[in-house]
Amino acid sequence: MVLYLDNNATTKIDPDVLKVMFPYLSEFYGNPSSMHSFGGQVGAAVQDARAQVADLLGAEDTEIIFTSCGSEGNNTAIHAALAAQPEKRHIVTTVVEHPAILNVCKHLEKKGYTVTYLSVDGRGQIDLMEVEAAITGGTALVTTMHANNETGVVFPVEQIGAIAKECGATFHVDAVQSVGKLPIDLKNSTIDLLTLSGHKLHAPKGIGALYCRRGFRFRPFILGGHQERGRRAGTPNVASIVALGKAAELARQNLLNVDRESRLRDLLEQRLLALIPDCEVNGGGTTRLPNTTNIGFKYIEGEAILFMLDKHGICASSGSACTSGSLDPSHVLTAMGLPYTILHGSIRFSLSRFTTEAEIQQVVDVMPGIVEKLRAISPFNSEQSEWLQGRDLVRAT
Amino acid sequence: MWDYSEKVLDLFYNPLNQGVIADLHEPDVAVVYGEVGSIACGDALRLHLKIQESTETILDSQFQTFGCTSAIASSSALTEIIKGKTLDEALNINNQDIADYLGGLPEAKMHCSVMGQEALEAAIYNYRGIEIEEHEEDEGTLICTCYGITEPRIRRVAIENDLTTVEQVTNYVKAGGGCGSCLAGIEDILIEIKQEKAATATRVAAEISAASPDSLSPIQKINLIQKVLAEEIRPVLMADGGDVELFDVSGDVVKVQLKGACGSCDSSLATLKGSIETRLQSSVATELTVVAV
Repeated sequence: MVLYLDNNATTKIDPDVLKVMFPYLSEFYGNPSSMHSFGGQVGAAVQDARAQVADLLGAEDTEIIFTSCGSEGNNTAIHAALAAQPEKRHIVTTVVEHPAILNVCKHLEKKGYTVTYLSVDGRGQIDLMEVEAAITGGTALVTTMHANNETGVVFPVEQIGAIAKECGATFHVDAVQSVGKLPIDLKNSTIDLLTLSGHKLHAPKGIGALYCRRGFRFRPFILGGHQERGRRAGTPNVASIVALGKAAELARQNLLNVDRESRLRDLLEQRLLALIPDCEVNGGGTTRLPNTTNIGFKYIEGEAILFMLDKHGICASSGSACTSGSLDPSHVLTAMGLPYTILHGSIRFSLSRFTTEAEIQQVVDVMPGIVEKLRAISPFNSEQSEWLQGRDLVRAT
Repeated sequence: MWDYSEKVLDLFYNPLNQGVIADLHEPDVAVVYGEVGSIACGDALRLHLKIQESTETILDSQFQTFGCTSAIASSSALTEIIKGKTLDEALNINNQDIADYLGGLPEAKMHCSVMGQEALEAAIYNYRGIEIEEHEEDEGTLICTCYGITEPRIRRVAIENDLTTVEQVTNYVKAGGGCGSCLAGIEDILIEIKQEKAATATRVAAEISAASPDSLSPIQKINLIQKVLAEEIRPVLMADGGDVELFDVSGDVVKVQLKGACGSCDSSLATLKGSIETRLQSSVATELTVVAV
């Protein structure tokens, strides 16, 4: 039995989504660009899916470009923004972005661009004064996430966008974690470009979309054929596009019930915090996604917690150094200035519309024992532990 | 997900020897500990030893670990390996022994086994009242500022484990795994080690060829024969389930006992005797003959 609480990593394909995509993997295999009705009916399905995605975002159909994933969307958006205003060489982003933004920015720095990385406070929230100071007339692009994948902290994107617009910068939002979890209405928005990914909202992996505001002078990242109105070459991944359309429709319906997820999330937090000493919610002091909680269990290490949970069939994730392969703990939690005692022992549980209260209770039942067992092995188990005395517990910045 | 061996998972889920050792002030018994790592690094190990002073034997060993699955399993493995060993025997245990006991560790997790070896060293040095080597290593040039790893430490682990790439160094001692600023510095150290090894090899070869076989005293000759047997011949035989032992040397006649698979097989005996002879003639003295007894 798998108890899946790692929905920010990926989600299960909704059975209804699977149902609608199957025919496009078998009988309807035509190329939507073909000049025969066999291909034409496939093209019509792609157009329907485009409308469904546009509906979820409050966008027009022509503003949706299908992509292969979130990373492609982010790379494309940054490329397009810089190509739109080539004379400007400055980018503003934040320290807590996904690697699909951060590593592109680092690459661009080597190419001569200047990048300002906005900081976050202890709650993981950005400071609008800092945003205001960072964006200038020379800024080509402001790119921020809508909600953070690790903590679920939601950024005030419209306020950031307003500042970007004043300065004439393109505004891109990486909404991979928030689409389907928070209402988005791009009709009345400052956002020029927005990335989403299918597998975070119960569509399959390998499909995503980039919203591109009408009127934006878009230059393509992938060159080739005329697909997607010349904005993204490559024969469309029809079955997955149809799936994404259905997933978007279901997500739009589910937005009305999203309180259910946040109620279960709150229940999980309250019960764990009541039962387990020395733990706290990272990013708990500000607006968050309804489905995400990130809890720091002091004095123990996250990977060890995950393997203990795994034995109970529970899937979660951790920002600990040992899970990343990079040896450094999560850049998001580090940027929040959290002490090492919490940094290494933080676990993210992320729920979905399929999560039940019984599942939440199962986690609540096993978690105290896991923490207790690992703390019994650990040489430190309180701030007073003699081994922790006289040591820096927060990384110098 | 990490590809941990069953042994790693078993020792993680059911750790042996987890805890501390109470010092009951028994006669002829010392209780000490050694520690390595810190909470900043993400892993820390405190290794407790109960030592019989008269024989310098490890009577009991317990661990406390803050760290991941493989850190906990490595610590537990170490406590099992060293029980009943003398301190000198224990000092000969290196991180590879811990990894082998666990049925291997993912390359990126090898630093967990290094941590075990260092805690063991720290505990024994602590017992013997020796300034721990880590302290000496701490005094070298700091290479990796993120994890506080010095040049002597990188050198030691690189030489002991025959590391040749920067990625391996990061996997074994973490150096370079943080901001990455020191990656070029680590590469320079590896280049230096490689050059030193090459220089040593050239020097040794020159010394060997300079030393005329005629000048070998009987003791030197026997030592050299034993060395060649141990390092060049036995590993090859043992790989095939056989073995050879030096029985006697009288004049230029080397008497050996062939064992295992090779001793029982008459047909291969002559070939085998011939190849041992050829090797000894080229490495020790041309006039040697080999007799199987």
